[in-house]
Amino acid sequence: MKTRYSFGGDEHIFVEVDEEMSLDAFFKSLSMTNAVRDRNIEGVTEICPANASFQIKFDPDQIHPNDLLAELKTLESVAENADKRMTTRIVEIPVYYNDPWTQETLMRFRERHQDPNGTDLEYAASINGFDTVEQFIEAHHSNPWFVSMVGFVSGLPFLYQLVDRDRQLQVPKYLRPRTDTPKLTVGYGGCFSCVYSVRGAGGYQMFGITPMPIFDPEQKISYLKDFMVFFKPGDIVKWRPIERAEYDRIVAEVEAGTYTPKIAEVDFDLDVFNKDIDGTNTKLKEALNDG
Amino acid sequence: MTVNVIKPGLLTTVQDLGRPGYFHLGIPLGGAMDRLALRAGNMLVGNDEGAAALEAVFMGPELAFEADALVAVTGADMPIFLDGEEQEGWTSFQVKAGQVLTFGFLKSGARAYIAVSGGIDTPPALGSRSTYAIGALGGVDGRAIAEGDRLPLGQQGAGKVSATVATHLRRSRGSPAELRILPGLYWHRITAEAQKNFFEDEWAVAPEADRMGYRFRNGRPLEFVDRKQPFGAGSDPSNIVDGCYPYGSVQVPSGTEPIVLHRDAVSGGGYFMIGTVISADMDLIGQLQPHVPVKFVEVDMDSALNARRERAAKLNEIRASLQ
Repeated sequence: MKTRYSFGGDEHIFVEVDEEMSLDAFFKSLSMTNAVRDRNIEGVTEICPANASFQIKFDPDQIHPNDLLAELKTLESVAENADKRMTTRIVEIPVYYNDPWTQETLMRFRERHQDPNGTDLEYAASINGFDTVEQFIEAHHSNPWFVSMVGFVSGLPFLYQLVDRDRQLQVPKYLRPRTDTPKLTVGYGGCFSCVYSVRGAGGYQMFGITPMPIFDPEQKISYLKDFMVFFKPGDIVKWRPIERAEYDRIVAEVEAGTYTPKIAEVDFDLDVFNKDIDGTNTKLKEALNDG
Repeated sequence: MTVNVIKPGLLTTVQDLGRPGYFHLGIPLGGAMDRLALRAGNMLVGNDEGAAALEAVFMGPELAFEADALVAVTGADMPIFLDGEEQEGWTSFQVKAGQVLTFGFLKSGARAYIAVSGGIDTPPALGSRSTYAIGALGGVDGRAIAEGDRLPLGQQGAGKVSATVATHLRRSRGSPAELRILPGLYWHRITAEAQKNFFEDEWAVAPEADRMGYRFRNGRPLEFVDRKQPFGAGSDPSNIVDGCYPYGSVQVPSGTEPIVLHRDAVSGGGYFMIGTVISADMDLIGQLQPHVPVKFVEVDMDSALNARRERAAKLNEIRASLQ
């Protein structure tokens, strides 16, 4: 891991903690952004953590870019020694894989895809060495995921699976981005899963859809009344496969204001996780079922 | 106390100076693409500089006033008519209840700002009235204005008729338009030859140019420095592990058509960026039409900061001239 600093014009500093994705890079990036926030530096206006990098937006009328850069560099050692532990929450997100809406959309944009003759799931299963789509879907939902970035548009979470690198699923993005993606599509690009918070353009492969809204600008949905965005970095997610009947039932419950996401508080310690990945994941999943 | 929309124009939105503080959640600053034009329009009608006004792209709306108001139109050069009588741009004029404001064909620029005394008083969302259509935030129900909308006005201030911004204080673009760029971010990912070509070539604004970003074409494709793609980035040489995008950053998917992110920027993604348009030139992008020729000009941080100071001085001059 070699941290690289660069100016993004006269109003941003971009810090790449590592070129590669890893939880170590994520934790270092998160610690640095926390340190920046704690330092309360005058002129800093936005602190944006990402998967293995982060960005600081600042007002150069208040702090000279070189001074801010120097200050950020002093925080690197603080971040390296910071605990890689957090108290967070695990959330169960129901997913209707192979649903008719993403199916219709992927057929519409087939000429922009690597494999015009199959579906996104068939392609992803095949290039990741799975014999069947069902096996691939199981690999996607059997272990929990870590929200390593929120962004792109309107509270969209990027998620990184809590497994060793050999078991990471990887897929390329569409050859050319689509101009349409159904709202709440569960997507995949590189080593990241995502949930499209709103309908719109997108380049990630489409695997399914969740009935659970994660962004509500009107703040009418029961669990989004306090804030319109559901996810924050550090959240842990467990996908739960559902079929059409349950999908329809949850949609109705959300509309009626009676749906409550299944959430449990958990501790996550990166060192403990690295020592025993499967054991840690079992405990995370148990927390959800005990809650 | 409303302004009624008879025709909305092509794409007219309520905009103020935006909603800072939510970019880490993918909710961008938003606000007027040409901030100086918005500020000047508000000053001309006696509003706070950050009051909400209408941003009309390429084509003006048709508006009927239910109350007397002071109006000024800044930014793009578009003939302005009040009950058919032509009015001066960058100059405040009195509108009486019952009168109708219309516009002629765009002459230059891309976005006109229609400031009305009292400001457009639609409900704020996350501290701003700016319309962010992707997230359905701000403006009128989170969307562009539409026929039949009744836009509420706020409390009027003490503006004067015929206040005007002197011609030399309005920005004009050269041809080609020049956009100054501070190289950086993933600049090292393209070859020295590509770096030279990028600034040498003449580009043109592509039709895909909106509040999220402006696309450019006609320059030579950028050659990448060879590397093994990092884990998690994706297989295309222009892919990175998804990271944050600065406002004004220049991403070049597959090395072909540069996209400069603007006020409604996506906050991050998986494309590499070669640098960032300096803050002083962001307003100018908002006034570029498709097909306009553009040169990118390389600058260093000192020049970027000097340009920013010059821009601030110009705004101060406008303020002083309208006191």
